[in-house]
Amino acid sequence: MDLRVDLGGLTLKNPVMTASGTFGYGLEFAPYGDLRSLGGIVVKGLSLKPREGNPVPRLAETPSGMLNAIGLQNCGAERFLKSMLPGLPWRETPVVANLYACDTLEFAELAGLLASAEGVAALEVNISCPNVQAGGVLFGQDPALAARVTEAVKARAGSKPVMVKLSPNVTDIVAVAKAVEGAGADAISLINTLTGMAVDVRTRKPRLANVVGGLSGPAIKPVALRCVWQVSRAVSIPVVGMGGISSATDALEFILVGAGAVQVGTANFLRPDFSFRLAEELPLAAQALGITDLSTFRGSLAVG
Amino acid sequence: MPHRHCRDVPVLAVAPAGPEGLANGLWRLELENPGFTGVKPGQFAMLRPPAWGFDPLWARPLSISRALDDRIVFHFLVAGRGTAAFTRLAPGEPVTVWGPLGQGFAVEPGAPTLLVGGGIGIAPFVEYAATHPTPGKLALLFGHRPPRSCYPYDELGAMIAVESFQDKTPEDIPRFVELLEKRIAEHAGGLVLACGPTPLLRSVKNLADKHGVRAQVSLENRMACGVGACLGCVAENPEGHRVQTCVKGPVFWADKVTL
Repeated sequence: MDLRVDLGGLTLKNPVMTASGTFGYGLEFAPYGDLRSLGGIVVKGLSLKPREGNPVPRLAETPSGMLNAIGLQNCGAERFLKSMLPGLPWRETPVVANLYACDTLEFAELAGLLASAEGVAALEVNISCPNVQAGGVLFGQDPALAARVTEAVKARAGSKPVMVKLSPNVTDIVAVAKAVEGAGADAISLINTLTGMAVDVRTRKPRLANVVGGLSGPAIKPVALRCVWQVSRAVSIPVVGMGGISSATDALEFILVGAGAVQVGTANFLRPDFSFRLAEELPLAAQALGITDLSTFRGSLAVG
Repeated sequence: MPHRHCRDVPVLAVAPAGPEGLANGLWRLELENPGFTGVKPGQFAMLRPPAWGFDPLWARPLSISRALDDRIVFHFLVAGRGTAAFTRLAPGEPVTVWGPLGQGFAVEPGAPTLLVGGGIGIAPFVEYAATHPTPGKLALLFGHRPPRSCYPYDELGAMIAVESFQDKTPEDIPRFVELLEKRIAEHAGGLVLACGPTPLLRSVKNLADKHGVRAQVSLENRMACGVGACLGCVAENPEGHRVQTCVKGPVFWADKVTL
């Protein structure tokens, strides 16, 4: 089966990518599988300067899901490019740099820095993180702001494809998707986490120091599928689906509703070889269902 | 690249630790060795039975108490839903295990080394004593509340010099700290290694500093991945940077972590 996918100029050998924030800088998972077997590696969100993130506790386990309020702790773009990227097999597997900034100027500067690195194949713009004070999800909740950020990044990305990662924490995700498409995005990825909280009735305290956090894991899959279905029908650029993918069948569900590729997030925590196993199992699961061609299966959901 | 494994291996045995283990929530778990070699005492593994489905979601980190060719042994305290579910495992049932993870304790054959175990924090010292090149240089000070039989104390006693202190009421704690200070002072020029509750680690750090003894502490922290990716388990270092307990620790030099 031909598993290759074209995401607006970014070619993947298979549709299995890792989701930012759940796969570190990639190297953390190298002992558990062959990074070259993945369709793409999306690394931890990068900012211009290193960030320490939020206070602890930053994680809470919830039914079939988890809440995080890491707050985009990262080593900064320069250190990533210098110390981590050379260790990744970027010639064999595209490395996508996820980027976060507090304003459009900073987004542009960061995009220029990351796109100029040979080993960075594409940029994923994070306008949907619910765990930071400035910027974050605010950019992703306003179609006009989302478009401005997209334009700013696109202007500095050169020939590198730009993918914009959307938040489900909006009334109309299609409006945001159309806005970033209009602003020149080459692809869209969705969904980022849903804002949630968990509390402890004994201590009467929130379970996260940040009080609220981003919900991910199998619990959010129905929301993610809905968003991918709505957006992929409304835009003509490729859509990358994520949110609770924990099996090959889950990945096929996202492809069925229109996703060109998928990203694996929380399942990387269920076992560190999950993404590698998924890349191996996906074609077998497709064949078992009688699917011989992913491109004709993609978006073939029969509705009504 | 460090040699690590993620495998589904069968449970060999799971049982309360000693006659009073059940009442006190202290258990011993043995799994087939997933291929762990060269385990450094103080390292840990992530354990997750596939039968959990998605609830609980995360694997649980357990300190490796003993790594033998055919099996790995854990001692654990039932602290929540995940560890409670471990007690219901049946022999032969698969558990997904990855590791060995993190930084282990320093081994200095020539240095008189005091091991300080608080409760279930005694667990990694079994492997430490069993693999140490000069066990005659080791001494264990063990502080506990449930009976000693709930812990691998006698196992350690067969290998090294051991001493225990049972605190039955909160008023006993200052007496334990006095004893701890005495033993730490006796190890000036040596090494103190501690594993247990944070207040104990804080005492060890402060007393070691006071007496000029080099010390290491093993932190316990909530983790999702165990491999340094999720950044959920961070501790703070004296420079104010947040560092992952799972890969930079769980064993830190006491002066390199804020407690």
